[in-house]
Amino acid sequence: MSEAARSTFVYVTYIRTSAETLWSALLKPEFTKQYWYGMEMISDWKPGASWKLVFADGRVGDMGEVLEIEPPRRLVIRWHNEFRPELKAEGPAQCTFDLEPSGDVVKLTITHSSVKADSKLIVAVSGGWPKILSNLKTLLETGKPMATEKL
Amino acid sequence: MQDDDVFRALADASRRTLLDRLQRRDGQTLNELCAGLAMTRQAVTKHLAILQSANLIAVQRQGRAKLHFINPVPINDIAERWISKFQRHHLRALSALKKALEEEDHE
Repeated sequence: MSEAARSTFVYVTYIRTSAETLWSALLKPEFTKQYWYGMEMISDWKPGASWKLVFADGRVGDMGEVLEIEPPRRLVIRWHNEFRPELKAEGPAQCTFDLEPSGDVVKLTITHSSVKADSKLIVAVSGGWPKILSNLKTLLETGKPMATEKL
Repeated sequence: MQDDDVFRALADASRRTLLDRLQRRDGQTLNELCAGLAMTRQAVTKHLAILQSANLIAVQRQGRAKLHFINPVPINDIAERWISKFQRHHLRALSALKKALEEEDHE
């Protein structure tokens, strides 16, 4: 029945900030490196454009294409892992960011899914997202990143 | 305060059971979650609403189905508050040891 849901994870966090600030924090490399294991998110952010997440040493961790972009509300990207061969072999997943402002907070929902049942990529990212989102929330609400380990 | 909602939501064995079920298999419908539980459908609905308002589960529509997903982010926020990254490895090792030893006892 919910077969399609087997390789989907959903993450929700409420952050005291504006949708515009959160949007920049998700898409700008100078922001992402402060909370995303030191990685820089790089793209022109146009429909069809490519994006990549780059480690501090220049290696590409993940990459893909922009499927839908509607600033500062919704971003849908195709997601290929590059740095772990067994994950790369699995093919692409899809990641959606939804931003819904309400009062002085923004609800951020991240849905990461693969058409593949029991996707290893989805399980691998599931370890990372809660930590990345906790860091992001701390950074936006206090102005200071948490001390983070790098991958 | 969001932390209060999280602790209140977790302070109930039935709600923890529902989270356990989603942890084992994410993205279930209300019918699937009710199956095999000694709780009425109304009780499950009420517990799910409390879990959702504490942001411990997220609900998404897929076609006509309403699917429930466990959201680990608030629990991670609480863990980050008291557990430093240096302790994390030790705690993980302790949890693994406890799990291994307790499983042995059951055999």
